[in-house]
Amino acid sequence: MNKVLGDRRAIFLLLGPALLVYSLVMLVPIFWSMGYTAFDGGILTGFTFVGFGNFLKFFNDPTALNATWFTLRYALILTVLQVGFGYLLALLYTFRIKHASSFIRTIIFFPVVLPTVGVGLLFQKLFEAAPTTGPVNGLLNFLGFPSVDWFGYPEQSFWVIILLDLWRSMGFYAILLYAGLVDIPEELLESARIDGASGWRLVRSIVVPLSLPVLLSSLIFSINGTLKVFDTIVALTNGGPGNSTTPLTLYMFQTSFAYGEYGYGSTIATVLTILCLLVTILIFRSTRRDLTKG
Amino acid sequence: MSTAQSTTAPLTRKSSLTPARDSRRARRIKRILSRLPLDIVIVLLLIAVIYPIIWLVLSSFKSQSEFLNAPFWSLPSSWSPTNYTMAFVDGGLGRFILNSVIVVFPSLAVILVLGTAAGFVLEVMVWKGRAAVLLTFLAGVMVPAQMILLPLFTIYFRLHLTGTLWPLFFTYIGIGMPLTVFMMATFFRAIPRELFEAATIDGASIFRLFWQVGLPLVRNALFTIGLVQFFFLWNDLLISLTFTNSQGLRTIQAGLLNFTGQYGAVQYGPTFAGIAVSVLGTLIIYLFLNQQIMKGLTAGSVKG
Repeated sequence: MNKVLGDRRAIFLLLGPALLVYSLVMLVPIFWSMGYTAFDGGILTGFTFVGFGNFLKFFNDPTALNATWFTLRYALILTVLQVGFGYLLALLYTFRIKHASSFIRTIIFFPVVLPTVGVGLLFQKLFEAAPTTGPVNGLLNFLGFPSVDWFGYPEQSFWVIILLDLWRSMGFYAILLYAGLVDIPEELLESARIDGASGWRLVRSIVVPLSLPVLLSSLIFSINGTLKVFDTIVALTNGGPGNSTTPLTLYMFQTSFAYGEYGYGSTIATVLTILCLLVTILIFRSTRRDLTKG
Repeated sequence: MSTAQSTTAPLTRKSSLTPARDSRRARRIKRILSRLPLDIVIVLLLIAVIYPIIWLVLSSFKSQSEFLNAPFWSLPSSWSPTNYTMAFVDGGLGRFILNSVIVVFPSLAVILVLGTAAGFVLEVMVWKGRAAVLLTFLAGVMVPAQMILLPLFTIYFRLHLTGTLWPLFFTYIGIGMPLTVFMMATFFRAIPRELFEAATIDGASIFRLFWQVGLPLVRNALFTIGLVQFFFLWNDLLISLTFTNSQGLRTIQAGLLNFTGQYGAVQYGPTFAGIAVSVLGTLIIYLFLNQQIMKGLTAGSVKG
């Protein structure tokens, strides 16, 4: 039996192609990029060896530091908001609107499947101030407030980006977390109710601790995805005004393809990769500690 | 629903116990009132989710002067498809969609075939080092695509593939592989091992095991992963923007981005029509397959 299940020729034939493509398109380029970080220049200008010079440049480059700060701030705020809203929605689905819940779940989920570029352009028009007044400013005018030039200022642009991503993703996180809530045994909730726990009390002391694992994995997924934000911002603000809403991903893209600086571009990508790795490990470790405590 | 049933019951009984009925009714009203704030929140939420799409569709029929002069809530004066024909004829939307179809579906097929075979080997078969290989695949889910763009760009340039759709095809397959392998392995894990073991005892070869035992059992999973990867590839912007250097090669997302660049603030109608086509396309798929899509996308959430 193990001779069949351990057939080397079959392993080679079935796994080989996938591993080959994966290696050529991902593994090799990843290490290649790391190699690029030690050089200055690009394929058109030629490469000169600079050692760790690119990393020094990165930490002295105000634009790069700004992009790092923007990326971290965006990832942190959006993660808290999308997992938070998702969790509230999941609670709503499980405990409040049980029968109509399937329909509402399906509707609130749909923005996730929409193409980000389309959604970005749509939000650009929704928040437009001039020459046409978009629905958001229209509503503000109706309520007696003046129109806001949402994309004219860094802070306003930032929050429109957050709002867009929240609009896209809250239904998704709601479903993810809902799956965790549904798994909580009904008897457990029932016995807690008999003991007199209800409403927020029930949620805080029974539901949240029991859904902690799925909450924490949602946090990891979310931070991992949000650190890599690209499409949304390219379509909505393209990093502007100035470069105030430029995340590392977009800064890397601009340095590499608009200015042809392969070495520095790879350095930015490497910093981003390290950031993703660190954050994931950090959350993973802190969750483990918490779980053993609880 | 349940409240409607309970209101009819006491009324038909014609009871003379009015005080009891009143108190019951009062309780019911109180209950409805206490639920009201949350119900309003839900309704507002649904409006916030749906309204942008309705506004998009309505706007895609408006003329330029309606955009500039009429308020946002006004209905279009006519339902002529002028904007759509402009988007397709002048904007080249048809070309973009065709490019997307040409690249996405073949890549998707290759991803599924290779990913399923690899998932089978990594989960069902027994050999040394499979845990390490699985971990190597999983690591690929986390690495940002920016990390592979420059070397790939160099490779494709050296191979003289720039100016064709091949770079997109290869990159999509490579990028889709980690998640597919990982998900496929998870699905194979859910199948009882006894099934495979019994088949081997009956004398099935490993390829028969894969083809006639494994594959039929993960058919639904295959469809689910196919949907997930379809959305990732169809909605991709970064790879497409990097490897397509001319208007004729653009996929729908990259093309749409340039679309507004081309028309800018001048031509609202075609821009809205373009966005509507791209958004409604995926929306229609969602309309029919929403349950599978929801299941699939949440299962593939490791990708973030």
